[in-house]
Amino acid sequence: MVDFFISPFADYMFLRRALMACMALALGCGPVGVLLVLRRMSLMGDALSHAILPGAAIGFLIGGLSLPAMGLGGFVVGFIVASLSGVISRFTILNEDASFAGFYLISLALGVLIISTQGSQVDLMHILFGTILAVDNTSLFMVTGITTFTLCILAIIYRPLLIECFDPGFLRVIGGWGGMYHFLFLVLVALNLVAAFQALGTLMALGMMMLPAVSSRLWARHVWSLFLFSSFFAVLSGYFGLLLSYHLEWPSGPSIILIAGLIYAVSLFIAPFGALKRQQGRD
Amino acid sequence: MEHASPSFWNIFQKKHKVVHCEAGGSPGIEIKNLTVTYPKNTVISGLMCHFDVPSLWAIVGPNGGGKSTLLRALLGLQKPITGKVIFRGFCPCDVAYLAQQNQLDRRFPLTVGDTIAMGLFREVGIFRRYTKEQRDKMQAALEQVGLASFAKTPLQALSGGQFQRVLFARLILQDAPVIFLDEPFTGVDTRTIADLMKLVHVWVQEKRLVIAVLHDTALVNEHFPNTLLLARQFYREGPTEKVLTKANIQSMIETSQAWEAMVGEEPHG
Repeated sequence: MVDFFISPFADYMFLRRALMACMALALGCGPVGVLLVLRRMSLMGDALSHAILPGAAIGFLIGGLSLPAMGLGGFVVGFIVASLSGVISRFTILNEDASFAGFYLISLALGVLIISTQGSQVDLMHILFGTILAVDNTSLFMVTGITTFTLCILAIIYRPLLIECFDPGFLRVIGGWGGMYHFLFLVLVALNLVAAFQALGTLMALGMMMLPAVSSRLWARHVWSLFLFSSFFAVLSGYFGLLLSYHLEWPSGPSIILIAGLIYAVSLFIAPFGALKRQQGRD
Repeated sequence: MEHASPSFWNIFQKKHKVVHCEAGGSPGIEIKNLTVTYPKNTVISGLMCHFDVPSLWAIVGPNGGGKSTLLRALLGLQKPITGKVIFRGFCPCDVAYLAQQNQLDRRFPLTVGDTIAMGLFREVGIFRRYTKEQRDKMQAALEQVGLASFAKTPLQALSGGQFQRVLFARLILQDAPVIFLDEPFTGVDTRTIADLMKLVHVWVQEKRLVIAVLHDTALVNEHFPNTLLLARQFYREGPTEKVLTKANIQSMIETSQAWEAMVGEEPHG
C-alpha cells in the first residue's frame, strides 16, 4: 500500500514538485471553474485556453521553454483574442461563441506552426500536452503565486461577483461596477489557464477547471460547498493522475484529466443530484 | 434585445448619460420626445410622458411594442437617439428594477436568504457583516411575501410563484422610491399575483412610484389607476379607463399588425 501510494512521492523529488504544483493548481482552478460553469461561460474558457497557445509560442521563441515567458505571452495573446472576438460579435451578425470558435482555431493553427517551425517536435508535444514532471522552482512559485492571488481576489470580490453571476442587470441598476468584476474574473480565468498549461498543456488546461466543477454541481447546492467539492475533486485527480502516470508510465496530463473524468462519470451515478437520484426523485 | 449570457463586451457597456436629475419641482419622471431605434426598426418614437411620485402605472402593449425597451431606456441601459429623461427629486440609483424572470437561472445554487440579501448590497457593501437589524429586516421581508420559513431553502426547490415572491422580497429590502417591474406576473399562479398586487398597493401607499409592464388588461383595469399604452409610434397615456378604450386597443392592434406584416416580408435569417 505504502509502496504504491506514497513511496513514489517520497523517493523522487520531481514527483513531489509535480504533486505540489497539482495541489496548488487544484485549489485555484476549483473555484474559478465553478464560477465559469455558473456563468455559462464554459465555451469562452475553452476558447481562451486555446488562444493562449500562439502567445506561449511567441514566449517560447524569445525565452525558450520557461514558464514565465510563455505564460506572459499566453496571457497577453489570450486577452487580445478574447477582446477581438468581442469586437467581431459586436459589429457583425456573428454570435460571440461563433467568433470565439473562429479565433481560437486560427490561433491554435498559428501556435502549432510557430513552434513546429522554430522548435522541435518534442517542444510542440510539451506545450500541447504539458510537462508536469519537469516543474522547476520558478514555475512552482508562479503556479502557487497565481493560486494565492486568485483566492485572495475571489475572497475580496466574492459577494458582488456572485450577484453579477446570478443577476447582472441587478448589479448594473443599483450602480455596482458589474463590468469591473466581470473583467477581474476573466483575468483570473486567463491566469489559471496559464498556470494549468505547464501541467496539462494548452489542449487540456481547461480540464482541471471544468471537470471538477461540473462534478461538484452534482454534489452540492451552495456556492461555497461547490468550491470545496470542486477543489477536492481537482486535488484527487492531481494525486491519482500522477500516481497512474508513474506506475503505468502514461503521460501525466491525460492521466490527470482522465481521473477527473472518472470522478465526473461516477458522480453522475452516485451523487445526490446525479442522474440516478434525480430519476428516483421524479418517480 | 441583448441580455442573454455575459459577454466580454459587458465591461465596456456603461450607463448612457440620458437620464438627467433635477432637484426642483414635484418629484416624478418626465420623458421628453424619447426615440429609441434598433438597427432594423424604430421601437419608440417621440414619446412624451410624465409619471408622478407617488403613483401606480401600467405599461401595456403588443410584443415588440417597446415596453421593456422603455424601462431599459429609463434605467440608462438602452441608448435613445433623441430625447431626454428627467428624474425630479431622486437619482437613477434610487430605482429598483425587476427584470423578466426568464433572464435568471432558477437553478443557481443560492438560498432564498442569499438572494434577498442582495437587496441590501448598497447598504452593506462588499465586506461588512449583516447586522442583527438587517437580519430582522430580511426576515420581515420574507414574512411580507409569505415565505417566512424559506430563508434556508435553495432557489431550485421553489415554484415559479415562490421564486417571484423571493424577488419581491428583494425589492422590499432595496427600499427604493421608484420601482420598475418588467412582466412581474408572467408564469405566476393567481394566488401569488393577488398577494403580490397587495404588496404593490402598499408600496404606493408608502409614497413610491411603481411602473409595471403587463399583458393582462383585466388586471390593469382592476388595479392600476394609470396606463401607458405603447405600440411603437402609437401611444396613449393617462387614466386607465380613458386609455384602455376599444378604439385605442383597435388602433394598437392595427399598428402592430402593420409592423408584423413588414417583418413577414423580410428574408429569413
